[in-house]
Amino acid sequence: MPIESVNDFVVQFANVNGSGSASANELFARAVLRMGVPVTPRNIFPSNIQGLPTWYEVRISASGHLGARGGVDLLVAMNPQTWDKDVAGIEPGGYLLYDCTKPLPAAKFRDDINVIGVPLTAICNREYSDPRQRQLFKNIIYVGVLAALLDMDIGEIEKLIAGQYQGKEKLFDANRRALHLGRDWVRTNLEHPIGLRLERANAVGDRIFIDGNSAAALGAVYGGATVCAWYPITPSSSLAEAFTRHCRSLRVDRETQKNKFAIIQAEDELASIGIVIGAAWNGARAFTATSGPGISLMQEFLGLAYFAEIPAVIFDVQRAGPSTGMPTRTQQTDIISCAYASHGDTKHVLLFPEDPAEAFDFGAAAFDLADRLQTPIFVMMDLDIGMNHRLCRPLTWDDGRRYDRGKVMGAAALDAGQEFGRYLDVDGDGIPYRTLPGTHPSRGSFFTRGTSRDRYARYSEEGTAYADNMQRLLRKFESAKDLVPRPLQASAGKPTKYGVIYFGSTSPAMDEAIELLEAKGYALDRLRVRAFPFHSSVTSFIGEHDFVFVVEQNRDAQLRSLIVNECSIDPVRLIPILHYDGTPITARFIARAIAGHIDALKVTPLRKVVS
Amino acid sequence: MTYVVKPKFHHPELPKNQIGFTHRDYEGAVSTLCAGCGHDSISAAIIEACFELSIAPHRVAKLSGIGCSSKTPTYFLGNSHGFNSVHGRMPSVLTGANLANRDLIYLGVSGDGDSASIGFGQFAHALRRGVNMVYIVENNGVYGLTKGQFSATADPGSKSKRGVVNTDNAIDLVGIALQLGASFVARSFSGDKAQLTPLIEAAIEHRGAAFIDVISPCVAFNNHAGSTKSFDYVREHNEAVNRLDFITGRAPIKIDYAPGSVELVEQHDGSTLALRKLDAEYDVHDHLAALSFLHMHAAKGQIVTGLLYVAPEAEDLHDRLNTVATPLNALGETELCPGAAALDKINAGLR
Repeated sequence: MPIESVNDFVVQFANVNGSGSASANELFARAVLRMGVPVTPRNIFPSNIQGLPTWYEVRISASGHLGARGGVDLLVAMNPQTWDKDVAGIEPGGYLLYDCTKPLPAAKFRDDINVIGVPLTAICNREYSDPRQRQLFKNIIYVGVLAALLDMDIGEIEKLIAGQYQGKEKLFDANRRALHLGRDWVRTNLEHPIGLRLERANAVGDRIFIDGNSAAALGAVYGGATVCAWYPITPSSSLAEAFTRHCRSLRVDRETQKNKFAIIQAEDELASIGIVIGAAWNGARAFTATSGPGISLMQEFLGLAYFAEIPAVIFDVQRAGPSTGMPTRTQQTDIISCAYASHGDTKHVLLFPEDPAEAFDFGAAAFDLADRLQTPIFVMMDLDIGMNHRLCRPLTWDDGRRYDRGKVMGAAALDAGQEFGRYLDVDGDGIPYRTLPGTHPSRGSFFTRGTSRDRYARYSEEGTAYADNMQRLLRKFESAKDLVPRPLQASAGKPTKYGVIYFGSTSPAMDEAIELLEAKGYALDRLRVRAFPFHSSVTSFIGEHDFVFVVEQNRDAQLRSLIVNECSIDPVRLIPILHYDGTPITARFIARAIAGHIDALKVTPLRKVVS
Repeated sequence: MTYVVKPKFHHPELPKNQIGFTHRDYEGAVSTLCAGCGHDSISAAIIEACFELSIAPHRVAKLSGIGCSSKTPTYFLGNSHGFNSVHGRMPSVLTGANLANRDLIYLGVSGDGDSASIGFGQFAHALRRGVNMVYIVENNGVYGLTKGQFSATADPGSKSKRGVVNTDNAIDLVGIALQLGASFVARSFSGDKAQLTPLIEAAIEHRGAAFIDVISPCVAFNNHAGSTKSFDYVREHNEAVNRLDFITGRAPIKIDYAPGSVELVEQHDGSTLALRKLDAEYDVHDHLAALSFLHMHAAKGQIVTGLLYVAPEAEDLHDRLNTVATPLNALGETELCPGAAALDKINAGLR
């Protein structure tokens, strides 16, 4: 039976990297969005510029599910290299759209799917003589084919093309022509629409469509970052590049045409974080964007920043490890290496945004937190949020908001005779005052070192002075618990002994998994962790349940380890649900794993059965 | 030695500079380096230079890496902010500090281990970026704090205190700095304060990446026969090309040399350096000649000192980045935050 579905299916495009398919595929996704139907596209791409396989998966979901679903309902098979595996991945009753210019043996197909052949190459060869045009327009032609097959509003696609080629009439006409070539071929030769259809809806609302790296970079602009130092590394490069773009449009002084920002593409990650630390020490808001291997390289500096109490901001767009492996696949795999980064006793503040909107919020808030706490702040993104467009609430900013520059003692306070000790805990929150270089001719200067100093920053190798400082740093970390974004909780609506903890990009898959689980009668309370150190509500949430599932996208249950370690929880009560093959976690995976565990936990002990 | 405290009182009639500070106002804590260490003479030259130029001490930020040389910022300019950073990584920290506030003077102090080995990359990149700074390497060819291992500037054939002969080629930081486009390059000797102090003054006045390699013998581990960085060896092989005698701008002019032996060098900020030329042929603006002059004398076993190159039209990193005149760390919400209306517009473009 062919799958029948309106506004709820998954389309996968299998392409060759560098063939110009990316923009055509995005055009398709945007057109669905313009029809008022929520979509979530995901790029699955290799570490390669040209020639290797790449996939673009578009999940269309009337009910607004934004997580990866798993499975494919309609495959647009444009890459012979991956044909067999791609065709095998189609759901029974699903559809295969392929280029039938060259006949393929029957063995290449499946009996339980619907095969749609369109002679794309033949159409291109007939219409275009230039090889590059043949390649590029083939992509637009299959969008036209899809428009007819899925009964899309072609006007929306044309509007998008018009927007893209504003002022370039020739290009617009050529693209529109290609679009129509595809649609008209289907109209003349095939039965259409197929069982999968798109209908105009009103399920998008005022939401925006943006990638997390771009949103986080915008957060840095709004948060007042002026210095950015970075080293290219997938999947974080586009964050620094987006910051550059945003600054050029938002941060150039109108009168003088001078820049209110300084961006350095450094020679490596060590220099990047060094520049950030130097700038932040000197009172500018500064950040770097990197990924796991960069975090590894920055370790020594991160410890210095912790002990010297420098307000640095690090965006870590996580990917699968190790340094040369799976750079283009998503994971939540740097939790431990960031939380305890560097040598010596260190702990760092981590923020876990769930989507681009939160990446913007946390991206801006990170600079206030860094200044307030005088310590590195990690914004823990991942490839799934960072490099994919995601539908999310509009970005918001309150014009009344003022930057929290933290405890900076100025010349007036020093002149008034206020006591200054760089590492003196005057307020009992573990956070000392700092002065910026150049503040006062004779007061408030100090020498910055890692440790080996007393409360007044005088050189000291005394054990008591060292221990005193370490205790104060712990007090400061304690203060952070109430400053960082709190966890969000949702109740099952009825009493349950099961809870689930999750964070970051797992969010949309988790929401959907809850629906799947509830439909099957499982009840779970949930808590989304949004920052480390953990707020006290994390401990009490675990206390309120017999078993708590901790869902994460890594092998070693890193968040679970952090909870066990920092909240002194009995590990038996925290059941890891782990997804780490490099693909984004799905609702189906979570629901299956949790249901399986609950069923196993419910098994009646043998003794009871016998007696 | 944390228990040694310098007495705060001083003679009421100590000479004052133009802004009313005495020499003592530029001093730091008592040095904990070995008695006779060349590095202490460099600290003294820095103090002298800042006093002479009437620089307000708090307008200087002093940064260093790790090692004996990197300890020295504690021993000068006690009223300046200092940053003892990570081994070999001072250049990046200084670059960041400079980006945050272009109005301060940045003094980077490093050693040969710090800059030629672990931090060779950062040394190179800070110079090629044209960071406005004075970068001083206190070069003794040896690791002092870890007790006498060779550094990358040790000459091949030179003998360690334990009798080991170095077989690796030496890195000449001056040659590298010239190649990388440092706009002020000089070499001096810690034992020659008369040459060193004006060089530091000129480097401070220079806008752009100023590099000074100061040969600074290690009295504990590299001052023996067989070493090419000992006091005796350097004195015997020193080939000074010129001497800087004064600087106009902030410092008073005193000309007492016969015209003809003095060359005036205009700096970008309007100040003028006066060079007393010891080698009549040497042209401080000739980049190519500087390199070959250096190599020629190195082949003869001579250590060339003096101002080796100064770019007449230097530009710094801020010029290249086109940053605003106001220090970035002084900008607030009004200047930095585009506001809610701009965000609404951005949102609208994302639908």
